[in-house]
Amino acid sequence: MTAVEIASRPASDAAPVRGRRGRGALRRAALGLALPVGLGAAWELAVYAGLSDGRLVPPPSVVFATLWELAQTGELWVHTRATVLRVAAGFAIGVVAGTLLGALAGYSQRSREVLDPTLQALRSIPSIAWVPLFILWLGIFEESKIALIAVGVFFPVYLGVMGAILSVDRKIVEVGRAFRLSGPALVRRILLPAVLPSYIVALRSGLGLGWMFVVAAELLGAAEGLGFLLIDGQQLGKPAQIVAAIVAFAIIGKTTDWLIEAASAPFLRWEDRFGARAGAA
Amino acid sequence: MLGLDRVSKTYPNGTHALESFSASIPQGEIAVLIGGSGCGKSTLLRAIAGLDPASRGAVVLDGETITRPHEKIGIIFQEPRLLPWLTVADNVGFGLASTPAAERRAIVARALTRVGLPDKAGVWPRELSGGQAQRVAIARALVPRPEVLLLDEPFSALDAFTRADLQDHLLTLWADSQPTLVMVTHDVDEAVTLADRIFVMRPHPGRLFDEIAVTLPRPRDRVSTAFEQVKRDVLTSLNRSLDRTVPDREEKSLKGEAMWW
Repeated sequence: MTAVEIASRPASDAAPVRGRRGRGALRRAALGLALPVGLGAAWELAVYAGLSDGRLVPPPSVVFATLWELAQTGELWVHTRATVLRVAAGFAIGVVAGTLLGALAGYSQRSREVLDPTLQALRSIPSIAWVPLFILWLGIFEESKIALIAVGVFFPVYLGVMGAILSVDRKIVEVGRAFRLSGPALVRRILLPAVLPSYIVALRSGLGLGWMFVVAAELLGAAEGLGFLLIDGQQLGKPAQIVAAIVAFAIIGKTTDWLIEAASAPFLRWEDRFGARAGAA
Repeated sequence: MLGLDRVSKTYPNGTHALESFSASIPQGEIAVLIGGSGCGKSTLLRAIAGLDPASRGAVVLDGETITRPHEKIGIIFQEPRLLPWLTVADNVGFGLASTPAAERRAIVARALTRVGLPDKAGVWPRELSGGQAQRVAIARALVPRPEVLLLDEPFSALDAFTRADLQDHLLTLWADSQPTLVMVTHDVDEAVTLADRIFVMRPHPGRLFDEIAVTLPRPRDRVSTAFEQVKRDVLTSLNRSLDRTVPDREEKSLKGEAMWW
């Protein structure tokens, strides 16, 4: 924010705006929780009323009791930590590779002609098909799991970055040319801000796929991780543990997605799009 | 002095958009290019801007041949083309990246005051009306103090009232440093209101048809008899430009004007 901009915003407006935003965030959180809480409550009542024994689909009280028990013994943290670290490593590798190659393919037509057909062909390979190869190449420990997650993250980020660069308005780029921006300055002052909204969407898609791929990776053999809890629950006949692991995935996945959304929000206040909240700027 | 020496443009797809346009525009003159669709007005403007250099001929500013965007040449497009991720103030200061921040802020604040938007510095472009956005675009183009300012139908998307207001405003701003203005328009009223000289162009390929000097004193009375007479002259010339039986101006006059500057 520039000094001129700061000067133009009356200070007395700030508190009411913050208050409105806070109430809006609470309202959205309440609305977002209404559906899962409502479904959980309905299922809890159904089991309580004897309409189901809740054995294969345990009610929320049993699921949260299991989660609490896992947390008390420390198991939940061990498994969550292992899964989060795998996703973080795979996400970082996938994002870096997807961003670099997506930027290259988007910016340079020649690079796109060389890279894109191969990458599009690789994209259509089912994730599970990579597993035997990664195990052969990288072993059965962390490296193969991280590689699988990185593959899952890579493609949405690559496609998002390339598509975003290709769809930057030519007229906006021309403004940069008219002001004689150099190549790097054009990238920094025009292309990067222009692609940022699409890039954030690509990161969120990539992260979502990262969480999906970590389950596949952990199902294939892991001694730790939320995916291990799923397999363990299946083999030992503990549906509450399976649902507890699924709930943990949902909570952590949603939290990480929210973190990206929240971290990017200050940079996207300028957006003029359908669904933008009134007064967001 | 802006010199246009037989400027021609053929695009890679074979479209011959502009043929041998020659003119000499002295510093501080307001030149208006007018003509029907496809007569190469915007092509010529883009060639002067260095955005799409001429295929043949030359654009020369103060003895320097222009083949790429130049610091002495600014351009205002048909749409404001404000960068949506920058505030109004940052848009206006976009061309001043190398100027110290404090000086830039002062220049921007002055420019916004000059275009009547001193209270809009901190708002986003999406919060502006069409007329306000175009004022910001004008401020952005004028802030680096170009010697030549090109305007590609900048008011065509605005309502008549806003258009007249901005025309007057443009003249006020022009009077500050009197850059050379080269403006493309379809609007005869606008041409007569602003121009020192009107270049009437004809299409397929785009080329110069006629040149009309406008000597009315400023500010111009849009309902005066003299204003109406110039309008009639321009309209007559435009009609004749579409009549294929009327020969080109160049064909009539080039023999004696090969070395026009």
